[in-house]
Amino acid sequence: MKSRLFLFVLLIALLLAVPVSAQDNPPPDAPTDDEINAVAKNMYCPVCENVPLDVCPTLACEQWRAQIRELLAEGATEQEVYDYFVLHYGDRVLAEPPRTGLNWLIYIVPPVVILAGIVALYFALRNWRKPVAAAPQSQAEKSGEPEDEYMARLEEELAKRN
Amino acid sequence: MLASLGYGALVITFLVSLYGVGAAIYGVTQNKASWVDSSRNAMLLTFPLLTISALSITLLLIQMDFQVEYVASVTSRSMPMYLRITALWGGQEGSLVFWAWLMAAFASAVTLRDWKRDREFLPWVVVVSLSTLAFFLILIIFFENPFVRLWQSSSGEIISAVWQPAGTLPFIPADGRGLNPLLRHPGMIIHPPLLYLGFVSFVVPFAFAIAALITGRTDDRWIRVTRRWTLWAWLFLSLGLVLGGRWAYDVLGWGGYWGWDPVEIAAFMPWLTGTAFLHSVMIQEKRGMFKHWNMFLIILTYDLVIFGTFLTRSGVLSSVHSFAQSAIGPLFFVFIVLTLTISLWLLVRRWAELRGEEQINSFFSREAFFLFNNLIFMAILVICFWGVVFPLVSEASGLIGQAIPALSNVFTGQKITVGPIFYERATGPLWAGLLVLMGIAPLSAWGASTAKTLGRKLWLPTIISFIPAVVIFFLGVSGAALLAFWLVSFVTAITLYEFWQGVGARVRTKGENVFAAFWALVGRDRRRYGGYTIHLGIVLMAVGIIGIEIFQTETQGTVPIGGEIALGDYLVRYDSLADFNTPDGRNVARASISVFRDGEYLTELNPRRDYYFESQQTMTIPGVRSSIEDDFYVLLVDWQPISTQSATFKIYHNPLVNWLWFGSVILIVGTFVAAWPEKDRAAIRENKHLRVQAPASAD
Repeated sequence: MKSRLFLFVLLIALLLAVPVSAQDNPPPDAPTDDEINAVAKNMYCPVCENVPLDVCPTLACEQWRAQIRELLAEGATEQEVYDYFVLHYGDRVLAEPPRTGLNWLIYIVPPVVILAGIVALYFALRNWRKPVAAAPQSQAEKSGEPEDEYMARLEEELAKRN
Repeated sequence: MLASLGYGALVITFLVSLYGVGAAIYGVTQNKASWVDSSRNAMLLTFPLLTISALSITLLLIQMDFQVEYVASVTSRSMPMYLRITALWGGQEGSLVFWAWLMAAFASAVTLRDWKRDREFLPWVVVVSLSTLAFFLILIIFFENPFVRLWQSSSGEIISAVWQPAGTLPFIPADGRGLNPLLRHPGMIIHPPLLYLGFVSFVVPFAFAIAALITGRTDDRWIRVTRRWTLWAWLFLSLGLVLGGRWAYDVLGWGGYWGWDPVEIAAFMPWLTGTAFLHSVMIQEKRGMFKHWNMFLIILTYDLVIFGTFLTRSGVLSSVHSFAQSAIGPLFFVFIVLTLTISLWLLVRRWAELRGEEQINSFFSREAFFLFNNLIFMAILVICFWGVVFPLVSEASGLIGQAIPALSNVFTGQKITVGPIFYERATGPLWAGLLVLMGIAPLSAWGASTAKTLGRKLWLPTIISFIPAVVIFFLGVSGAALLAFWLVSFVTAITLYEFWQGVGARVRTKGENVFAAFWALVGRDRRRYGGYTIHLGIVLMAVGIIGIEIFQTETQGTVPIGGEIALGDYLVRYDSLADFNTPDGRNVARASISVFRDGEYLTELNPRRDYYFESQQTMTIPGVRSSIEDDFYVLLVDWQPISTQSATFKIYHNPLVNWLWFGSVILIVGTFVAAWPEKDRAAIRENKHLRVQAPASAD
């Protein structure tokens, strides 16, 4: 009698357990909000300018996040989510421009300009250093700047007035 | 009536500005001093005139005269008084008037200075200032007129016009559309005015620079005259940026203060060149070098100011197409190209006269470090500029693709987004470089300085700076964060060491007590010690930035009432939610949550969502618990409107962020110290004595 009751309970328990495990196990766990936000952080919707998708409060962005949740639940990787949105809405959904075609310019131009600046500066410095001996003299002649200390001091004093 | 008065004042100011420009040029070319004086009076007059205009708008806003289109577009009956006043800069037309009004205030203030020794500058300062003002007045009068009123024709059509068209009656809407809810924040009262003040006050040093270029008085006089103007301009701009960050933190609800948004960067770019300028003018004053460069920097700063206004006012950021449609966009563009070309042409014309009087003798000298500092600021500028401009370029490049179908695959015209990752990655190492320079440069000497002399001064504070770094290391911090914190303690150690040495020297030689010695030390060289104080402020701000950039954590979760969400040591319990309407036209959903840390109850927070019926906009107001250690920042993301039984919260933990705000206060103090007018004659004499000696010892 006792063992029969035990078997009955076991059967019921098994029956109950089956749908639960069926819900939980086969596809990956339902994605958490944090997982969705981690993906959405690197995305922008085309309407809400400059507000990252993970924090944008508009209804449209909420739907986008729901879409991300769905994709992740279906087992999509982060990259696949990005690809999906780029396919439908274009490159501008990505926070970081993809390294393709014309977009390379965003990565290349600043270092090139900065390097050009450094090179220009280097040559300018070299030119400044060469005529050390000659320059001060010619400078004084040209502009007729006061040379002696008294005049310099007077200039200073006048400059201080205002 | 008021609208006509305000509009009339605008038009008269415009005419007065044109007259001032003409009179100044005529006076200086014909050598007629009275004409120059007359142009000066014209410039003085612009401020009272524009005050009438700005006051008219303000009164119309206060009275809620909805027949005026601008008033109807930015105010509504439900708005409190202070918001109706600040609505002056809440919309396009009003903010342009406000810009012009501040510009006029500065222009008028400049006329009041003592010109005895700089009379040759006067006409050209008038020309530059009034041309800039006239440009903005053109935009206002012809394209973005805040005094346009609404009229109804007999057929019921609504017409906007300044004067009553024939056969129409005034049309007065029952209520206005109201101010954008994002702008209904106390931060909005001071943030835009400070930013605009920073913008317009950079026009003054620019005007003097151009005057120097035109007159050929290319010594450092223009820099000495404008030194304080530049410092105030820099302070206003810095505060405008900081308050903008604070506003974003409190109102925009994304857990941060700076999102590398193009609008932010638009205001940030003149700050970069302005800061570089503040440093490099010192080289010209002390060593007579970099004269071209200083001219170039101030020209760049001026045009970046105009460019920043252009970016935010023309609509070009949202789309290149809206730029093409707006009338003021192309005008801005023309003005920028024109001023830049003329200024650079003037600079090239004086190139030979601006030759440096000295050379850089050592890469360890102060001037060399300033040069590196300028180089880094320029590099950051290049990155920011390109990041802002490239999306526009990529969108506009579609035109090429359209014209040449073969290239349409390359020039797709697809707009791209340049987000924070790009800027952070590109500028991060540069900021670190600036911190290094900020540490080393104060210890270097002008002129000749060798690695040896520098090293002798550097070793002690450097060793001291490792102490906090080691402590932090044992607390478990490593990698980039450790490096960043070490840099912070490095700069702090050296700056404090400089103060310490100065005070120590006075105590020893003059027998003063420490406080008197400190007071006298700072008082005798305000510029230097004010600058150091600013550096300390910047370093504290850096602590806050490092805290939030590297250590920010976040989580999001949906919980029923009584449910809990954990983040680090913190725990949040959702207690209740109230959903109600307010008399000023909002629906408010306000959650009550309890915050626990390590199991101990800390406080109750009320994150909320405001929905504005008029504008159909939502605002997410965080619930924040602030301490010197961190901010605990909770957002109400979502809730079940009917049952209010469960809600979604987003939680941020922002370590050290308050140091950012605290540091900006120190920055203000430092700027005041540096810019305060010197009155003490004895101190000046002492200073002068030192200055005369300095070049002798340097050579």
